[in-house]
Amino acid sequence: MTLKLPIYLDYSATTPVDERVAEKMCDCLTREGVFGNPASRSHSFGWKAEKAVEEAREQVAALVGADPKEIVWTSGATESNNLAIKGAAQFYKKKGRHIVTISTEHKAVIDTCRALEREGYEVTYLDPESNGLVDVDKFAAALREDTVLASVMFVNNEIGVIQDIEKLGAICRAKGVIFHVDAAQATGKVAIDLENLPVDLMSFSAHKTYGPKGIGALYVRRKPRVRVEAQMHGGGHERGMRSGTLAVHQIVGMGEAFRIAGQEMAAENERIRMLRDRLWNGIKDMEEVYVNGDLTHRVPHNLNVSFNFVEGESLIMALKDIAVSSGSACTSASLEPSYVLRALGRSDELAHSSIRFSIGRYTTAEEIDYTIDLIRKAVGKLRDLSPLWEMYKDGIDLSKVEWVHH
Amino acid sequence: MAYTDKVIDHYENPRNVGSLDKDDPSVGTGMVGAPACGDVMRLQIKVNEQGIIEDAKFKTYGCGSAIASSSLVTEMVKGKTLEEAKQIRNKDIAEELELPPVKIHCSVLAEDAIAAAIADYQSKHQQQG
Repeated sequence: MTLKLPIYLDYSATTPVDERVAEKMCDCLTREGVFGNPASRSHSFGWKAEKAVEEAREQVAALVGADPKEIVWTSGATESNNLAIKGAAQFYKKKGRHIVTISTEHKAVIDTCRALEREGYEVTYLDPESNGLVDVDKFAAALREDTVLASVMFVNNEIGVIQDIEKLGAICRAKGVIFHVDAAQATGKVAIDLENLPVDLMSFSAHKTYGPKGIGALYVRRKPRVRVEAQMHGGGHERGMRSGTLAVHQIVGMGEAFRIAGQEMAAENERIRMLRDRLWNGIKDMEEVYVNGDLTHRVPHNLNVSFNFVEGESLIMALKDIAVSSGSACTSASLEPSYVLRALGRSDELAHSSIRFSIGRYTTAEEIDYTIDLIRKAVGKLRDLSPLWEMYKDGIDLSKVEWVHH
Repeated sequence: MAYTDKVIDHYENPRNVGSLDKDDPSVGTGMVGAPACGDVMRLQIKVNEQGIIEDAKFKTYGCGSAIASSSLVTEMVKGKTLEEAKQIRNKDIAEELELPPVKIHCSVLAEDAIAAAIADYQSKHQQQG
């Protein structure tokens, strides 16, 4: 079989829509299909659309062990995070104005918290341990009398580590703190059972799980009931929590994608774990190569590796036949290395040298083997070019060198 | 980010990669940048008795534009006197490689590397009297 280049290994950024999902979506667009407005109560076009939306709601709820009535459609995980954090903080503000979150959260959580700080809330950004995991005792200690909300992501987008949501949630429950979880990177990768998980609010995205972009959901617990103040006002859709005409084709796509995820997750994760191990086994014997984040408490889809003494952007340039992302944000014109890796206490060199490989449904063993070969050649070439590598080989301690900053 | 063909050419076929003996009195070594910033350039020049740069070598840790800028600089300084090499400006490098605005700092670093290498060479010769 000939390989098709470039090889996509950036499934944590987004996934292609599964063909089965695309087919269902296409049935909800044209006049032959279910194009009606689900809010139209006066004719069959509306009824059919409503039925399609409610079926999808059941499919999403089923994947995460929720009641369909607990699912609120949004435009994606960013909106879900905004609605959950701002909505709960505002609704319960009489209880207190302190929020606890983690410094390695996605920007959609961090920036939402920053916005609340400007409104007078106080936010604690807790650093995780060097393996990326939150220390449960430190988390408990950060919760105060006036803490109204805590927000912790299920699976980290850069390093793939899985937080102990059950323990963190139990602590919140005991202290009467609303607990929000960003699960954008978790669906279809880890089993989620909200019936037993002490979580009040959970954000979901379709496009990380082979569904379309532009659609997501927020889980809002009913027992005990959790309230959020609406951030989008209008026709009172979604029981007043999120107004706006429902995007039937997107919703149906998300439902089908989550149904497939529930059905295929176990086998898929096993296959992806084999590919991830194949990739890691193919590069781990190289010198000065480090995995970022805990390897055990981690989804198999993610391998974030630092190739010491090689700069990430130039490595990505050398790996032009594979689509990966650099943990370093250099590519976005800022020279700051990844804030996630910095929060783990990684040195600047290692943070600047990181690459995130994320494996998915359509990755093949041939693609992994090609990638291994390419990485080994590229890292070798760039190290031959690297003065830091030469200094390291000469036994010079780079942390003791006085650099000429510019 | 899309790179220009010239950057890709220097990146894929870097000129004059390597090291010269830094203790050789005819060699000047300049190392600029810092790992924390994501770029470190080391430029070495070998100056003959007529005061002309007869060889230049580089090694660079950094993005493709940083590697291309230093590769280009080794070509530019060869055959020049120290005074002529000092006249090379970052603008010349950026224009030749058609660097986008976010990568101008790479050409600035390359200009700094030339100055540092020349300063190192000259300091060796002042010490000798």
